[in-house]
Amino acid sequence: MAELKTDISTLKSEEMILNMGPQHPSMHGVLRLELLTDGEIVKDCVPHIGYLHRCFEKHAEKLSYGQIIPFADRMDYLTSMNNDHVFVMGVERMLGIDKEIPKRVEYIRVLVCELNRIASHLVAIGTYGMDIGAWTPFFWCFRDREHIMNMFEWASGARLLYNYIWVGGLFFDIPVGFEDRCKEFVDYFRPKIDELDTILTENSIFVNRTANVGVLPLNVAINYGCSGPMLRGSGLKWDLRRVDNYSVYPELDFDIPAGKGIAGTTGDCWDRYWVRVQEMRESLKIIEQCVERLQKDLKRSPDFDPRAKMPKKCIPKAQDFYIRGEIPKGELGYYFIADGKTEIPFRCKARSASFSNLSVLPELAKGVMISDLIAILGSIDIVLGEVDR
Amino acid sequence: MNHFETARQLISVTLGSDTIVAEDAAQLQPSLTIRTERIAEVCLLLRDHPDTYYDFLSSLSGVDYGTEQAAMGVVYHLASIPYKTQLTLKVRFPFDRESGHMPEVPTTVNVWKSADWHEREAFDLFGIRFQDHPDLRRILCPADWEGHPLRKDYKTAETYQGIKIDF
Repeated sequence: MAELKTDISTLKSEEMILNMGPQHPSMHGVLRLELLTDGEIVKDCVPHIGYLHRCFEKHAEKLSYGQIIPFADRMDYLTSMNNDHVFVMGVERMLGIDKEIPKRVEYIRVLVCELNRIASHLVAIGTYGMDIGAWTPFFWCFRDREHIMNMFEWASGARLLYNYIWVGGLFFDIPVGFEDRCKEFVDYFRPKIDELDTILTENSIFVNRTANVGVLPLNVAINYGCSGPMLRGSGLKWDLRRVDNYSVYPELDFDIPAGKGIAGTTGDCWDRYWVRVQEMRESLKIIEQCVERLQKDLKRSPDFDPRAKMPKKCIPKAQDFYIRGEIPKGELGYYFIADGKTEIPFRCKARSASFSNLSVLPELAKGVMISDLIAILGSIDIVLGEVDR
Repeated sequence: MNHFETARQLISVTLGSDTIVAEDAAQLQPSLTIRTERIAEVCLLLRDHPDTYYDFLSSLSGVDYGTEQAAMGVVYHLASIPYKTQLTLKVRFPFDRESGHMPEVPTTVNVWKSADWHEREAFDLFGIRFQDHPDLRRILCPADWEGHPLRKDYKTAETYQGIKIDF
């Protein structure tokens, strides 16, 4: 029996409790929304999460740092590379080896992370179109995402859960010809974004469904801990890649798109969608620059070993450390407590972006139509694997 | 003066020097340990004061400091968007493992709304109770789950509602 937060005995005669999910395609996974409705109007919304709770933090207290990486993969299963990158960065800083990582390794990490960012945004955009009733963009997005999946399969052997970025290095160097394939992909994909703009971004049905819907004011977004496209959609240029300047991002040239309210109000669903589209263009710019460096001064050499700096024993000094990084959904943070004696973290808490982003939903859902609620939920772009961990 | 020093002085001047129980400045990420009953005041001060503006709560984690320690804690990771700084606050309180008794921690939901779900998570996984929290229910585990799984002395459940749990 599913629990309800609302007290049914106090319901008015025109009110009704509606359970949305957990098994419904527009819930983007297993999320249950308990809606208090009055006709078509949502009066209150209570999200129930935890259906995909896989005890990441409990597992992490039993495994060594290297062994946690596959679990980190499975948190936000659409952006495994980015999850690993942040995790590995935290462990490397705790070990004090973050300055010794070869440039080529860092550039490959950023290259695959940005490819993964595009793949994740493609799913977000494609499924968002489908939520609102546009079928074609979904297929177009998945067709283009397939190229990235194939490239990752080539590099790491897996299509979704890569376990590619390791503490102190990489699983393998990128395969011969990978750089050229990245270039081909950039050339192929850039016109596809313009095509997507014509079919979805400027589509009047889509604009009518998303503009001025679910407006999230900036102060509310900050107060609820929203990050990533949610926060930038509300008009703030806040991107941890620039704020923290981690990895090789300071050497790369890219812009941070922020919502301007072009179609309606700043912070509406359309703005959040638009920020994702613009971020794909920025990621393409980053990929081009990475490939350029990887083919010129950081060229592959026969003696290059991506595992050269990998520590034999991964035992950080006793300390607490919080690392944060920008994944496509927002701020992903890991909080480690190392005891200084073992390879196993004493505590490893994951602060996931979708978790905080989703917590703002009741605020946005009050007083909207049920069909708008779907548009709002889609624009948040949650992955339940990350919400529930 | 770095941002850590600014925050430390601001707290001790405004709320009294006994508010800060301990500080750990030697680490890679320095932290302040605050008296448990004052944490909400400290957070509100740090959020609103023009010198700090810690308006973003990155993360709130419950911690069980181990079976020998008889202590639990909550760790707050704050971020300031205008100043681009980060700060770690901690509270630490005694926990009697036999009786399960521990003091309540003042909620910070009134400071940051993001604390709502994070505090529910700390309650769910550690059993830490937050005073005046508007909706302290379990969030990740089912409502009828027994025990708090991330406590260090947690015994893995063998059955749930009469169903055997296989691993």
